[in-house]
Amino acid sequence: MKRIENHPILTFKRGKKIKFYFEGKEMWGYEGDTIASALVANGVKVFRESLKLHRPRGFYCAIGNCSSCLMTVDGVPNVRTCITPLKEGMRVERIKGKGALHYEN
Amino acid sequence: MLPVDGIPTKEDILAKAPPAERMKKGAVAMIECWQEIPCNPCVVSCPTGAITMEKLTAIPQIDFDKCIGCALCVAACPGLAIALVDGSKEDGDRVSIPYEFPLPEVGETVDCLNHEGRVVCEGTIEKVVHLPAVNKKDKTPIVTIKVPKGYALQVRFFKRR
Amino acid sequence: MKTDVLVIGGGPAGMNAAIEAARAGASVTLVERQAHLGGQLVKQTHKFFGWAEKGAGTRGIQLAEEWSKAVEEHENITVMLSSEAIGLYDDGAWMIEKEGKLIPIYPKKVVIAVGAQEKTLPIENADIPGVYGAGAIQTMMHVYGVLPGEKYLIVGAGNIGVILAYQLAQAGAEVKAVVDVLPKLGGAYWVHVTKIRRMGIPLYMKHTVIEIKGTKWVEGATIAEIDEKFQPIPGTEKELDVDTIAISIGLSPLTDLMYQAGVELIWIPELGGLVPVHSENMRTNKPEIYVAGDASGIEEATTAALEGKIAGAVAAKDLGFDVNDEAIEEWKKELSQLRDAPLLERLRQGLHKLHEAAKERGLQ
Repeated sequence: MKRIENHPILTFKRGKKIKFYFEGKEMWGYEGDTIASALVANGVKVFRESLKLHRPRGFYCAIGNCSSCLMTVDGVPNVRTCITPLKEGMRVERIKGKGALHYEN
Repeated sequence: MLPVDGIPTKEDILAKAPPAERMKKGAVAMIECWQEIPCNPCVVSCPTGAITMEKLTAIPQIDFDKCIGCALCVAACPGLAIALVDGSKEDGDRVSIPYEFPLPEVGETVDCLNHEGRVVCEGTIEKVVHLPAVNKKDKTPIVTIKVPKGYALQVRFFKRR
Repeated sequence: MKTDVLVIGGGPAGMNAAIEAARAGASVTLVERQAHLGGQLVKQTHKFFGWAEKGAGTRGIQLAEEWSKAVEEHENITVMLSSEAIGLYDDGAWMIEKEGKLIPIYPKKVVIAVGAQEKTLPIENADIPGVYGAGAIQTMMHVYGVLPGEKYLIVGAGNIGVILAYQLAQAGAEVKAVVDVLPKLGGAYWVHVTKIRRMGIPLYMKHTVIEIKGTKWVEGATIAEIDEKFQPIPGTEKELDVDTIAISIGLSPLTDLMYQAGVELIWIPELGGLVPVHSENMRTNKPEIYVAGDASGIEEATTAALEGKIAGAVAAKDLGFDVNDEAIEEWKKELSQLRDAPLLERLRQGLHKLHEAAKERGLQ
């Protein structure tokens, strides 16, 4: 769970630093991150829990296919965090249950 | 064995090795390409026409006498399967390999690994050059390691200490 | 919104389909779910095989850059990023969802090049954080520069598994083991395997993971040798101190859009499972729909790109645009040469089944 600083093939052009909140806690990512990559870089492994057995879930496919990384973002439930770009001030939370369809934005 | 665990046997390695007399004359390419895969950059990269292939999926053949040890094929091979071996120097053999990891310093002492990934001897980094891959968009670092006499056919990787 | 050709998916197949259709004069709209083009090329740091004259030796990441530039610079192509095709409606609208808004597109032709998904490992505890798709780890590492763990077990020693092992080592992580249930190497090119063996990365063939430890996340794993019936042999267990388990046991085509739009699918395990019946010209039973790339059957990026070119050019041709037939034949020839390698026998069997099915249905 760390940022790669030196890579023999790739250079990572990280954009400006972005502040966001995970479960109310302040965290930092970079422009160009998805919500999921920023969470992983901050050491977050558990993104949500399963509906019936409440088992922990992290990301799985990281390209928007599966539903493993769904979270509540700025009050909107079931956001695929692995393909949603991180934005300044975002409030990211683990979903409680299925989330409500009529949410306050 | 290669088909089981990706480790070539001694026979596999000897079948790809240049003759001892050629190695004594200086650096020469050793192409450890085991399978018929659709690929030909080694052939195209060779400035002397030493490497040939019947068709795209054939295993490349090398004429060791035509090879001038320029290492362009080492940089070109997408499978990183070519090494230069050199038995011409008195103070030790030389092995040149493509190396896509944080680069070592010239003069650095390293542990040399064989095809199994086992440490077989100590070596010294002699040279680090960047040669163009065949499409010229990319440069591959080629690291030359000085190893004890007789180790050129074995050493294919190194670990920094 | 109207367009001649709608291309769904911005990977090697989709980008090349867009370029060729646009080159022929068609107006093209390319929709891509991610915020960037390139598809899975953006995680492929290794050099590609193929013809040196046609770019072999180029890394996937460089191909992604070249092709996305060609797409973005073409005046006939409109690119919609962070946009996902969600289905076909009765009035002929393909609905695109972009940042919470729905945008209907009315195309004359559609190329579906949406790629594939990674299979999951059906064992207890394989759902907890730390168990990730191999491709997902590549995405985290190579697109975002983030390593999701430090000590890895890789399950599946095909090309993706062994390439991931090499890439993890490049990124400074430790690979404790690569395991595979097969008694000998299956789909992996031996040169990719030799690269990790000479670095000392352990490879256990005829082994599987029998236990994933941890409650909140992965805290270790146990592997064991298996017998001919794929059952673990008692006494052969090895405990591994790992925090991440990469699953690389295969891919399946993403066929849900095709299914919803009425494209006929058939079961061909050699091509990854359910695949759309299509001709060598990439036409399907729906005259307005073409397919290309992994979505049409699992192969790799070079063949996906060629299939994309064919699909894009044929779609434009079917619309009456002037297309060079010789070029299409040349791409088909290149495809068959690439598929000629002895290692690809299983793939050729799958393609044979597919072409027979297409012939039976009279698909041209």
